[in-house]
Amino acid sequence: MQVTFRIHRFDPEKQPVPKMQTFVLDNVKPTDAVLDILHRIKWEQDGSLTFRRSCAHGICGSCGMRVNNRNMLACSTLLQDLNLRKPIKVEPLPGMPPLKDLVVDMTRFYEKYEAVKPYLVAKSVLPEKERHQSNEDAERLIEAAKCILCGCCTAACPSAWTDERFLGPAALLKAYRFIFDTRDEATDERLDIIDSPNGIWRCRTVFNCVEACPKDIDVTGHLSQLKRAAVARQL
Amino acid sequence: MATLHRVDVVIVGAGGAGLRAAVEIPEEYTCAVLTKVFPSRSHTGTAQGGVCAALGNEEEDYPIWHTYDTVKGSDYLGDQDAIEIMCNDAPRAIIELEHMGMPFSRTREGKIAQRRFGGHTRNFGEAAVQRACYSADRTGHVMQHTLFEACIRKRVSFYSEYFVTDFILRDGKAVGVVAIQITNSEVHVFHARAVMVAMGGYGRVFRITSNAHSGTGDGMYLAWHAGAPLEDMEFVQFHPTGLWKLGILVSEAARGEGGILRNALGERFMERVAPTVKDLAPRDMVSRAIITEIREGRGIKADDGTYYIHLDLTHLGKEVIDRKLPEITGFARTYLGVEPLTEPIPITPTCHYAMGGIPTDANARVLADRGGKTIEGFYAAGECACVSVHGANRLGTNSLLDIIVFGRRGGKAIAQHLKDADWGALPSDATDRTKERMARLGSGNGKESVPKIRLELQETMMEYCGVFRDAEKLGRAREKIEELKARSQDVSMRDASTVFNTDMVEAFELESLIGIADAIAMCALNRTESRGAHSREDHPERSDDDWLKHTILMHDPDGKHAITYRPVNLKLWKQDGDEKHFKPKPRVY
Repeated sequence: MQVTFRIHRFDPEKQPVPKMQTFVLDNVKPTDAVLDILHRIKWEQDGSLTFRRSCAHGICGSCGMRVNNRNMLACSTLLQDLNLRKPIKVEPLPGMPPLKDLVVDMTRFYEKYEAVKPYLVAKSVLPEKERHQSNEDAERLIEAAKCILCGCCTAACPSAWTDERFLGPAALLKAYRFIFDTRDEATDERLDIIDSPNGIWRCRTVFNCVEACPKDIDVTGHLSQLKRAAVARQL
Repeated sequence: MATLHRVDVVIVGAGGAGLRAAVEIPEEYTCAVLTKVFPSRSHTGTAQGGVCAALGNEEEDYPIWHTYDTVKGSDYLGDQDAIEIMCNDAPRAIIELEHMGMPFSRTREGKIAQRRFGGHTRNFGEAAVQRACYSADRTGHVMQHTLFEACIRKRVSFYSEYFVTDFILRDGKAVGVVAIQITNSEVHVFHARAVMVAMGGYGRVFRITSNAHSGTGDGMYLAWHAGAPLEDMEFVQFHPTGLWKLGILVSEAARGEGGILRNALGERFMERVAPTVKDLAPRDMVSRAIITEIREGRGIKADDGTYYIHLDLTHLGKEVIDRKLPEITGFARTYLGVEPLTEPIPITPTCHYAMGGIPTDANARVLADRGGKTIEGFYAAGECACVSVHGANRLGTNSLLDIIVFGRRGGKAIAQHLKDADWGALPSDATDRTKERMARLGSGNGKESVPKIRLELQETMMEYCGVFRDAEKLGRAREKIEELKARSQDVSMRDASTVFNTDMVEAFELESLIGIADAIAMCALNRTESRGAHSREDHPERSDDDWLKHTILMHDPDGKHAITYRPVNLKLWKQDGDEKHFKPKPRVY
């Protein structure tokens, strides 16, 4: 079958005014992923088409982009999941400075992630063997630990679009992963960071992050628990 | 003009080995970690099944049993002293990860849970043992993130999206690294007192692979090109269960939890091949068994005429599948439209791991030659290195262990070295080769296409240098590689931009792919025996008298690479006297 892609092209040197470019590809299968099509266009038609990718099976988080107005991973989105009656529109993740074509500048995204102290803090004397953790407690953080830092959630969040200082869903989810890890001892410090106007309280419970997450994490649900933890601390 | 950086140590590669080494470097030294992706995106993160240690949390277990399994699993080519070090260090290494914050699946008492895995047995081969520590089926993902987090806490300097193009070795000493900053094509030189290569494997040399697109063997190739040897390149692991046609990994953990391989007749054929451990036999044996079933007409035929085998998880139940194997069942559903709860998953062997690589001692120091002398200030750890702990075949869960054990030992060795290491002189022509290459690629005169050459290479290697090899096939592979080498001199970039030019990156990666393929095919043709993953149909027996030795390959610019050999360390047999367990025997399960 044939497929038509309309792809965002931008190069600060060669194409400083962004444009949408149309590509047509034959001999595609419904089970081809968007990434497969991008590769074929790059390798067969236009070698300058640029995008990030690595593992091609939804773990590394490299290929987050906006397809038909939804953020998703290009490698995990099959053509048969899309409306093929119209050209498929492929754009970079919104809300992050574009670098070239489908590649965005992730610097601020990583800075916000680092701002929540994304590492275990445990000052108590460590046991000789592993710390014990019940399966229930271990499972509490599993959803949040699934996060692959692809950026789809933060790039789908209206609060993140309008306020550059908002930490965003991904960073807050990472804060959850540590605050609700029974082995972590920096709960107060972390709550101080996120219990702030640019932290948890800018989440308006819009649920865009939940829709966008390729790992099916209930991001809003986790952020709501953080709000409760922040409030409980005040009482 | 190149940008010059002066740092005490440069680590190239931000997977488990590189990050674990970075954590070990004392605060007083400057350290730069370079990666061509972002540190959260390294290939370690795709590992699924587990990381092993004789913790004995679920049942009795000892490091000596783990050592035995690894030596036997390596088909006796692994260096016994290094394997002993790794298996003895394993419990400490995993507990340390837990202390760092790595999430693990837990037992009912709250200890780290462990499950069965291929080739791991109790009491020297009696039956499968629960030795693999895991976090659902995303162990690599959580380990990668935990190590990245430890580096953030330590404020490690990362240079992300820097593509390394050369290692600078002069007068037996590592002096630094040349890299291209992908975002703007600027050339950088890192002048250093220590350089560590932790750049992973070369899966993309083969058409069907579990490896990320980034797996192009740059580390091994560039170190070799710069003057380091390569060891045991003929030993390529084909993981038995990759998703049919796609190669995406379906973890051995699926079999660890009870999954069964079935042919077109529904038969559990591994019962014939490995009566004791059946589907949990070492990977090379299972891959050969699968290809044999297909060759002998018992494969399941697909619509496009290709064949596959079934991985049956239907009897495991929803609880096990949802809690313990969520990622891989997700892949089956997403990519093949198969529901593992009720349908078997189509699988075929996929190129997965490089047992060979840059030879090192047990402290990650790169060897200069087969004599054991090391290259000063040059280190390698992880999949790109060959200690050798995996010999001719690697057991599952031993790679995640390898990277943390030897990443740490490498970091410590570097710290020791930095106490009094001098700065080597930086040659004035350090960036010449890189700049010349960029200019040639940018000249636009080439008629050849990188993607086309790359695909021909991948298909050639899959067909002629795969699970089953013989002299004729390998000869054809070598001829084709020579042809592709010549044609690749005539490629040019199709992207003229200096901004984020991945077309240029792919052209550089092609040089690595061809170089690695050349090394693999040459060493595979040279070794006229079958051992571990290297299976010669024209030399089907293992021959310890002639071949119990490591292959050492030195790079020659005209392609006439010289092959020599290095002895296998047999400490546990020869020095410690345990002939019963550590003297090479026929490998049966």
